Amino acid sequence: MIAHSIFFYFFSIIAIFSSLMVITSRSTINSVFFLILDFISVGCLFIMVGAEFLGMILLIVYVGAVAVLFLFVVMMLNVAEQKQSWFIGKKSTHIPTGLIVSVLILLELLVVVGGWKYKDNVMSSSTLLLSETSNTHQLGLVMYTEYILYFQLAGIVLLLSMIGAILLTFRERIGVKKQSYIKQISRNPSTAVELKEVKSNEGVKIDD
Amino acid sequence: MIEYLQILGQEIYKIIFLLVPILVSVAMIVWLDRRVWGLVQKRRGPNVVGPFGLFQTLADALKYIFKEIIIPASANKVVFILAPIVTMTLALVAWAVIPMSENLVLADINVGILYLFAVSSLGVYGIIMGGWASNSKYPFLGAIRSAAQMVSYEVSIGIIIINVLLCVGSLNLNDIVIAQKELWYVIPLFPMFVIFFISALAETNRPPFDLPEAEAELVAGYQTEYSGMMYAMFWLGEYANILLMCAMGSILFLGGWLPIIDIYPLNVIPAPIWMILKILLLFLLFAIIKAIVPRYRYDQLMRLGWKIFLPFSLIYLVLTASFLFYFDKLPKVNI
Repeated sequence: MIAHSIFFYFFSIIAIFSSLMVITSRSTINSVFFLILDFISVGCLFIMVGAEFLGMILLIVYVGAVAVLFLFVVMMLNVAEQKQSWFIGKKSTHIPTGLIVSVLILLELLVVVGGWKYKDNVMSSSTLLLSETSNTHQLGLVMYTEYILYFQLAGIVLLLSMIGAILLTFRERIGVKKQSYIKQISRNPSTAVELKEVKSNEGVKIDD
Repeated sequence: MIEYLQILGQEIYKIIFLLVPILVSVAMIVWLDRRVWGLVQKRRGPNVVGPFGLFQTLADALKYIFKEIIIPASANKVVFILAPIVTMTLALVAWAVIPMSENLVLADINVGILYLFAVSSLGVYGIIMGGWASNSKYPFLGAIRSAAQMVSYEVSIGIIIINVLLCVGSLNLNDIVIAQKELWYVIPLFPMFVIFFISALAETNRPPFDLPEAEAELVAGYQTEYSGMMYAMFWLGEYANILLMCAMGSILFLGGWLPIIDIYPLNVIPAPIWMILKILLLFLLFAIIKAIVPRYRYDQLMRLGWKIFLPFSLIYLVLTASFLFYFDKLPKVNI
């Protein structure tokens, strides 16, 4: 058990430290790097409690895809370093908003954890049981039977948000030449070149 | 306390016996790559240092070690130094779960294939960090290209893995190999094998998809500012990643360490040799493709990933699932 607790404290200290650094570090890029470190150490904690599937999915989805795009956007924006650290700035409007949000999150956590700890049968529906079967199988069994409706609804919500994002950024630009692969491939030498008589002072109209 | 130290010692011993062969085979594979490239172009390739030029890579490595490491004045020094280390570490860490035979594996974990997928998707960080930290235009453009490219092709690799997992019913790599005892998945899932191979080319930034380092446009892409040993680490990490993708392909589709057919003279050959032969076969394909195929244009690369591979592998996933369901071939799980 000693080794277990050593690893637990190691990963949790890194997780807490890096999540503090995410909000306090002055350069945005460093914040994102600490966020990635945070995700990785939380993933390791997941694996340590036996939720190996969740840990790996956290790594794949958050670190492998979401954080890459995060980093990508932050690098593209080229955000300048903040001159003042977060607690010194006088005119900062971030602190009241941040306080409200964090108090709300704290209250929500209190309600959930309190209900779960001190009132029986709050979680009446079936939860995962520790047994010999791997937790991937268990998750699958619960997710596709008991919670199939919520699972499908979550999928539809994600699909809708994806379509919404595409719709918001999509705009039809006029005057942009597009390539049609079928047209390019089906060209042949006999129709590719066209000879035209050019009248003086009129020119030729070239399109597509 | 002494017990823990003993366990630690044993693990370190095992890890060294895993890492040293991988590093040596990376060196050999670089030589093989250059030889194949030379053969295709009717040249000799490296043939001076050692027998058949086998020690060429070692000589190159020695040269890199003695070269000066130059860090640009305006670079972000910490990230700049961290980038090659990240690339190299992630490329080597993934080998922990690759089974060379039924027992010859460092960590036989239940979610092996997810681990492989996770580590290979983290590989983009080395490139993106190196490109940004150099604080220069070409590396940054290379990093942006590679981030978009690797994230796109990961999606189709993920769906291909789901295809295989549907037939196996387990995430354990050894289970995946044993499930192919009757029939290698390359036969029923042949289109998926082709797509996996092409996606692996894109994922490891190999030609024809080496746009992050397209020398005609971007000098050397994300590694423009790197020199000496740091450049060599990027290079080694890249080749270790290529080998890893070959190993992944041979486990998912070519039956891992299983012999071709289970008959007398073939099944005497030890399992690791079969695995190595399959990895080499896939690597030869990688090397030949590097020599014979011209580079893709960037928008065509994106189109191939999102508009062709993704829909096609999704359709094939539905087909596989319905086939397995109607012919009652879904893997039975004993719970």
